[in-house]
Amino acid sequence: MSKSALQFLHNGREVAIFVDGGTSLLVTLRELIGDMTPKFGCGQGGCGACSVLIDGELHLACLTLAETVSGRAVETLDGLKDGPNLHPLQRAFADNFAAQCGYCTPGMLMAAKALLDRNPSPTRADVVEAISGNICRCTGYEPIINAVLAAAAGGWTRA
Amino acid sequence: MPVTVKTFATSGEAAAALSSDRAARYLGGGTLVMRALNEGDIAISTIVRASDHALTRIDAAGARVRIGAGVTFAKIIAERELAFLHAPARSIGGPAVRNMGTVGGNLFASSPYGDFTVALLALDATVAVQSGLGAREVGIEEFLQSRERQAGLVLSVSCQKPASADAFRYRKIARIKPKGGSVITLAAYLPTSGGRIVGARIALGSMAPAQVRAKSAERALEGRPLDAATISAAAAAATEGTSPTDNALASAWYRREIVGVHLRRLLAGQE
Repeated sequence: MSKSALQFLHNGREVAIFVDGGTSLLVTLRELIGDMTPKFGCGQGGCGACSVLIDGELHLACLTLAETVSGRAVETLDGLKDGPNLHPLQRAFADNFAAQCGYCTPGMLMAAKALLDRNPSPTRADVVEAISGNICRCTGYEPIINAVLAAAAGGWTRA
Repeated sequence: MPVTVKTFATSGEAAAALSSDRAARYLGGGTLVMRALNEGDIAISTIVRASDHALTRIDAAGARVRIGAGVTFAKIIAERELAFLHAPARSIGGPAVRNMGTVGGNLFASSPYGDFTVALLALDATVAVQSGLGAREVGIEEFLQSRERQAGLVLSVSCQKPASADAFRYRKIARIKPKGGSVITLAAYLPTSGGRIVGARIALGSMAPAQVRAKSAERALEGRPLDAATISAAAAAATEGTSPTDNALASAWYRREIVGVHLRRLLAGQE
């Protein structure tokens, strides 16, 4: 039951910490590193609020054992913005009223980034599929889909 | 509650660790074990992992395919030789779950999950299991009947590729599209010889605690052409031997009512 050493890249910055056995990546990010952008929703993999990118692939931080990201690159919403400047996806979400309560928004943005990094010109069906693991209880999804399409239409460069 | 995490270089060492500790669970993609830990499952005291590359290998060049237990559903969808398994893989979770969830873990997912295993059951897959006594191959039906008592580690699953695209059919009924837990899941393997079905296998998910075969429906198809009368007979027999339960997605009654309807549509090739 001892703690184990863990090193990984968090939004491009090297972190080295000790974690208890069985700790999830979500708890590691929020409670040990202080990155509150991934949210705890269900803890079961059903809602997508904790979505992060691991080596560029979309994963659920609540179901990721912290030890498994050793030596890997973890990206969260906190790494998306550039100082005070919003990322184009964030700007598109604001312009299209794609956030209401905002709890799903970090996960939605990371799911959208995973899509656009792989496919910069998605169809509407591609966007629906890409955010299908992320639940939103406010917007009815339409503004979110429109925001992702608007971000793609504005030209997407992988950051 | 903290648990002990043990990571091994080989699947043999991991299997030995699992066999010697009843409170140890193997962690593949994490979608089952981490969920249990998040819910505070105190029956798990040790997590076992293996970094063995053999667990993530896909061998799909020949007529018989072998898929490592650690292969994710995203990898299945990316493999052109496994086109017959793309529909079941796509029917699971959203993109994040498909990047994490594995073929081996799906064998242990109970209703309303475990859709990929429904496809493997219809395809008469074989499961390779490594225990303290060595590696052995088990038929998937036998494996599913005793999965809660399995000691050791699942290494891979293997099955024959269907002779034609039309010979294997899959359908998942969910309330939320494109993602959602299974109301019921159906898969049918329908090999034909001289216009008649020979060796039909129909598998159902969420119609019992574990995935089951609809053997009465299979008998109704056997040796007959796939015509309207045969399809009706199979659909009428679809509920025999099943024991669905109520959950938030559907009642047991509803599942019994619709399984024949969807089996009829699957066999008739209707959307």
